[in-house]
Amino acid sequence: MRGYGAELRDASDRTRVSIINQNAYTSALPNFRNLGILLRILLIVNVCAIAAAIVKAPALKLAWSQLLDISALVQPLLFIALLALVALNDFLRRLPYALGVAAVLGLVVGLDALLAAVMGGTSAAAATSFERTAALTLLTAGMLLAYFDLRGRALSPALAEARLQALQARIRPHFLYNSINAVLSLIRQEPRRAEVALEDLADLFRVVMSDNRELAPISREVELCRQYLDLEQLRLGERLRVEWRIDKMPHDALVPPLLLQPLLENAVYHGIEPRVEPGEISIDIYASRNQVHAVLRNPYSMEGTHHSGNKMALNNIRERLQLHFDAEATLETRIRDNTYQVHIVIPYVKATEA
Amino acid sequence: MSAAPLRVLIVDDEAPARARLNEVLADCAPEIPLEVVGEAATARAALELLAATGADVILLDIRMPEMDGIELAQHLQKLQQPPAVIFTTAYDAYAIRAFEVHAIDYLLKPIRSSRLAEALKRVGSVRAPSIEALRDMSKDSPAFLSAQERGRIHLIPVEDVIYLKAELKYVTVRTQSREYLIEDALARLEQEYPDRFVRVHRNCLIARAAVRGFERNNVEGEAQWLVLLDGCEEKIAVSRRQQHIVRELGRP
Repeated sequence: MRGYGAELRDASDRTRVSIINQNAYTSALPNFRNLGILLRILLIVNVCAIAAAIVKAPALKLAWSQLLDISALVQPLLFIALLALVALNDFLRRLPYALGVAAVLGLVVGLDALLAAVMGGTSAAAATSFERTAALTLLTAGMLLAYFDLRGRALSPALAEARLQALQARIRPHFLYNSINAVLSLIRQEPRRAEVALEDLADLFRVVMSDNRELAPISREVELCRQYLDLEQLRLGERLRVEWRIDKMPHDALVPPLLLQPLLENAVYHGIEPRVEPGEISIDIYASRNQVHAVLRNPYSMEGTHHSGNKMALNNIRERLQLHFDAEATLETRIRDNTYQVHIVIPYVKATEA
Repeated sequence: MSAAPLRVLIVDDEAPARARLNEVLADCAPEIPLEVVGEAATARAALELLAATGADVILLDIRMPEMDGIELAQHLQKLQQPPAVIFTTAYDAYAIRAFEVHAIDYLLKPIRSSRLAEALKRVGSVRAPSIEALRDMSKDSPAFLSAQERGRIHLIPVEDVIYLKAELKYVTVRTQSREYLIEDALARLEQEYPDRFVRVHRNCLIARAAVRGFERNNVEGEAQWLVLLDGCEEKIAVSRRQQHIVRELGRP
């Protein structure tokens, strides 16, 4: 089993998605390269260690020294095991689930034995109690795997999928009617421009109304955003200025569809429309290390803002990011020097890897 | 309706929307004699055009920067003969509900020529929306006060106001550059802008932000506080009942 984020990341899992649609759930090992999974393992093992220390200590005050003893045994194994799991992640997850579980359990006990052998010379305690630590290791690892399986079922794609579907980005009716009105104004005088505008509108709504549960290349999202901004330009003319800085954009990065468009819609609605003077929206997209950054800025004015609508779009995107990438994606907003900024960071998932 | 063509003013911040209205109005022209007297992209420009050319009816977009259509309509009511107002909007569930409640005419964009023609035919026979109804519809307090002088409407940004003083039938609005007379009630203004103005006397509200300090004065042996205000020489007396504001607002 694994988190749903991983589910969507692997586009090769289309068949899996169709199985899911029939409400079946296949167990699979968690993605050990996912930061959220690693953190959960660390947390749970350490909580167990603390519990054990409290159980062993004759008085609560003495639990601390017990914890140090236990940590000396637990922490090296924990870190080595995690490193091994990260390294072997792809191999382990390709195995059938039962075999994968056996491999993980075998791996941790093997590492335990290895550690005991290495440290055996120096620490008598470690050597004598190998059987005990092996049993404890097996129990803890088994419990963790059971927990991830349960968590996977709870976040079962069917459920997450239903949430994703409910979270599909929506376009403001305000935009639709104003755009249609703008196109109508072109039909008699500039039929060609009207044609282009209608084509853009059709493309935009094709995406909005389609199934957006799978990740799509960021270049496609950018194209969509351009079409959207062209339509807004039609209405707003020179009041709307757009600055794209995407020379360093990783074209093959995958993102949830309609990740940026709703943010641009917010930028126009709250940043440009309430102003008489022209305003600029800027979009920076670049990759840094293994992450993709998208930074959107628009003019911010105190007056005449309806924040509820803005929050709704932001929460929607935040939740979708979480469903796709768990703790690895962030969305931050800030206001500085009369500029409103949204900064999104997502893991760099390449289209070819899918 | 008289035989003279109906004089129409178009107000919308989006150029394509104005162009579209022009076309649809042209489509209505054979049925209803009319003439477009001007187009404005902002409420301010609309007031200037109105003063210069006059109009029988104004097609007014609701969502506009700086001042929305609903606030503009409120200021228009100050005119002796305000033009009829037909609101236009693409989508604003809140405003539409309010229009229905108050039976105010509005058109949904994209606007059909048949609907526009109907609305234009009703001009003159329907009652103008009351200023109270319009106030009721605004989500925010108006950003401007308005004064009517010789058929023109002057807009006074609320943030420029130093003090408001009630005279017999009017309220004097003092800004750094000049004074205006507006038809309004001090109590209502106090209620509308509680954060901006504070009452220092039965007949006077001052802008909190303009307070520079206070001064002690003896009038006929009786001590009295005076407020010193930024941007104006005049000192305003604080009444006995309102003396607590001296402590609240400043260092005497």
